[in-house]
Amino acid sequence: MTGSTLEVSALDVRFGGVQALAGVSFGVPEGAVVSLIGPNGAGKTTAFNAITGYLAPTAGTVTFAGEPIAGLRPHQVARRGLVRTFQKTSLFAQVTVGENVLMGLHLRGASRLGAILLDLRRVRAEEARLREAAEEVMAFVGIAHRREELAASLPYGEQRLLELAIALAARPRMLLLDEPASGMNPAEKESTMRLIGRIRDQGITVFLVEHDMRLVMGISDRVLVLNHGQLIAQGSPAEVRRDPAVIQAYLGGEGAGAPA
Amino acid sequence: MLAAALVGVPVWLTNQYLVHLLILAGLFTILAVSLNLLLGYTGQLSLGHAAFFGIGAYTSALLDVHLGLSFWVGLPAAAVAAGLSGLLIGRLAFKLRGAYFVLVTISFAEVVRLVSLNWMELTQGPLGLPGIRPPSIRLGTMASIPFHGKGAYYWLVLALAALSYGIASRVVRSRIGRAFVALRENEALAESVGVDAFRTLVLATVLAAAMAGAAGSCYAHYVSFVGPEVFLFSYTITMVIMVIAGGKGTLLGPVAGAVIFTAVPEVLREAQQFQMTVYGAILILLVIFMPRGIVPYLKERRAGAP
Amino acid sequence: MDTLLQHLLNGIILGGTYALLGIGLTLIFGIMNVVNFAHGEFYTLGAFAAYFFLALLGVNFYVGVAAAIVAGVLIGALCERFVLRPLQGENIDTVMLVMIGVWIFMQNTELLIWGGIPQSIPHPFSPRPLIVGPLHVNSIRIFVFVVAFCLIGASHLAIQRTKLGKAMRATFQDREAAALMGVNIHRIHTVTFAFGSGLAAAAGALLGPIFLVYPSMGDLAALKAFSVVIMGGLGNFMGATFGGLMLGVAESLGAGYISSGYKDGIGFIMIIFVLLFRPAGLFGRAQRIG
Repeated sequence: MTGSTLEVSALDVRFGGVQALAGVSFGVPEGAVVSLIGPNGAGKTTAFNAITGYLAPTAGTVTFAGEPIAGLRPHQVARRGLVRTFQKTSLFAQVTVGENVLMGLHLRGASRLGAILLDLRRVRAEEARLREAAEEVMAFVGIAHRREELAASLPYGEQRLLELAIALAARPRMLLLDEPASGMNPAEKESTMRLIGRIRDQGITVFLVEHDMRLVMGISDRVLVLNHGQLIAQGSPAEVRRDPAVIQAYLGGEGAGAPA
Repeated sequence: MLAAALVGVPVWLTNQYLVHLLILAGLFTILAVSLNLLLGYTGQLSLGHAAFFGIGAYTSALLDVHLGLSFWVGLPAAAVAAGLSGLLIGRLAFKLRGAYFVLVTISFAEVVRLVSLNWMELTQGPLGLPGIRPPSIRLGTMASIPFHGKGAYYWLVLALAALSYGIASRVVRSRIGRAFVALRENEALAESVGVDAFRTLVLATVLAAAMAGAAGSCYAHYVSFVGPEVFLFSYTITMVIMVIAGGKGTLLGPVAGAVIFTAVPEVLREAQQFQMTVYGAILILLVIFMPRGIVPYLKERRAGAP
Repeated sequence: MDTLLQHLLNGIILGGTYALLGIGLTLIFGIMNVVNFAHGEFYTLGAFAAYFFLALLGVNFYVGVAAAIVAGVLIGALCERFVLRPLQGENIDTVMLVMIGVWIFMQNTELLIWGGIPQSIPHPFSPRPLIVGPLHVNSIRIFVFVVAFCLIGASHLAIQRTKLGKAMRATFQDREAAALMGVNIHRIHTVTFAFGSGLAAAAGALLGPIFLVYPSMGDLAALKAFSVVIMGGLGNFMGATFGGLMLGVAESLGAGYISSGYKDGIGFIMIIFVLLFRPAGLFGRAQRIG
């Protein structure tokens, strides 16, 4: 039951005199696809940052697979199996696609400096394994044909796929995707939806922030709604769609795309 | 072919002055390759590198002058001492980034220089440490031949330069090297896939520092004198120019840079006083017009040519 | 007790000039986001300009000092226009490197022009110190003190009260918003850099007649300026003012009670300590300039 469950309890995040999150509590069960929605500025990315160690919570607890992770640094959180992507396109720009994915595979290697300097056989074996793994990830995501190109030269849609590939390379048990479909055309969004489905089929829990309601409603097992730093609703997509507080939040505020 | 020529230099190159230049170029190669790990691969503008060089030089010199320990002890000791100072300053400096980091590294080198200038009991201050003995090779239990003439030094420096290039090459092509580049390109993303920025950057610094310290030890025994000038910021700047002009973030770049910029002051020998002014102008122009350096520029030309 | 007061007095006078250096640097960093590694060279420029006008041309002392400051302003403007502006938008590392290039270039050009031998600048003040109770102070130092504080005050007023100053503050707070409101960012950058360089040149012109003038004098000045800026918080005018005074006093006390050989190291040690324990500066977050 604790396999890769995320539990957030009474999470408070305050910075610069602003209460960005207040008393937020929710759970993301293993193997599910859960979406976090809310108008702009509701605190969704802040929640991601607090969970994955980019921000320290002011109060509250975050538990993953039964272990507390609040206040850990991002790389430690990643080590526990929680990997996130970023809202703004985040790549290793001046390096090839293949190298980008290899960098994502960092945690899957273990060679230390001494062994590397001596060029021990196991180091070379590990490199070969990592290169194979990179090929698998690139194929899964659909960018293997781009492996020699510089990340910065990819078209936007493929850059976002590369971001997913990098995150998947880290072999997460749970993936936090921050607006994975933003800026995409409908065809790209369709294929992103299917990709998320395939990721879930691999046994990876997916927790995503999204604005596109069709995508959210189409793919989520559960939806959480944030507004002004507070959780105002949670439930199945159908329940949330009908929730008056949610409708109010979107009609009253500046949300992108009211629930259809 | 080139390798054979390089190894054979003391045999076929009779001009001792040119051999001396090659020895200096070799030392600067080690320094530039090590600085490149920080500047080029991890993308950290570490401007205290002369400190590691100087600490290595002084360690080796002090061990010889005060304790009579030969170069063969001094060399590893220098690398260790410099590596430890890299650990110290790395742990301090990498709590910061950007301009703050640069300032701490510069301050560190300056503090070390002031200490070497003022701590008369240890370093003899501005008088420095003269009379450092050359390395010698033991033959059996009785005889030992000290290095005599430039040939032996040349081979020593050539070996160490090749070794440092080899080390850099292995590290850069490895998982650790990828972590370096990941941190340079996008630190937040690197952390999100499990790269421990702090530890990785400190590791880079320790490795770079140890290599610079080894070069310092060679320098001390070759020149036979060490003074506080080894810590001068102008040496760090020379190394920075070598790395940037040659091509930071490439393996051959610092080597090319070291060779070119050891030769350039000699070409400008007549106008030696213009040297640093020209260096300043070169740095400005490089950053504006050829920011990736000479080696990448040449590679692009070659790739682009029909 | 008397010695302590004397050290404090010396420290405050010196600190006033450190504040000038620090204010210039902190403005440049705060408004332009440029780490000006060449700042010390404008200090040296001010001193050599004063030397040129006063020792070589024999101009009236006050005019000479003013001319030196103007020289700093003009060359600062040129530097911004031709070296910094082409690089606008580049990342901060590139700009840092270029300013290091400018540093080397300026210092070695000065070495070429003036040679390495320290020069002295003549001044009309009596070498006999004024005695006020237990304190001794040379009249030239009083002059330095007065001018430094007038410049600090004038700068503060310029930033707080004039339209240009308001534009500078707006650019500091939010560059894009300021541009949208019609502020000419290019012009603000040139003004800021020229202003900061002018203050540095002023410090050099004021201290030149007291100490000797030589091409590498700017190195220590630059690092002390950085120390002041870090202590005060980047972009924090008042922080730089107080930081400068603090550094002056700390050095004076250090030289008096510990050792004068290491006194120049105090600035570096302070940099390291502040960065480790209170990176935002000793005076709190830099929210605004002025």
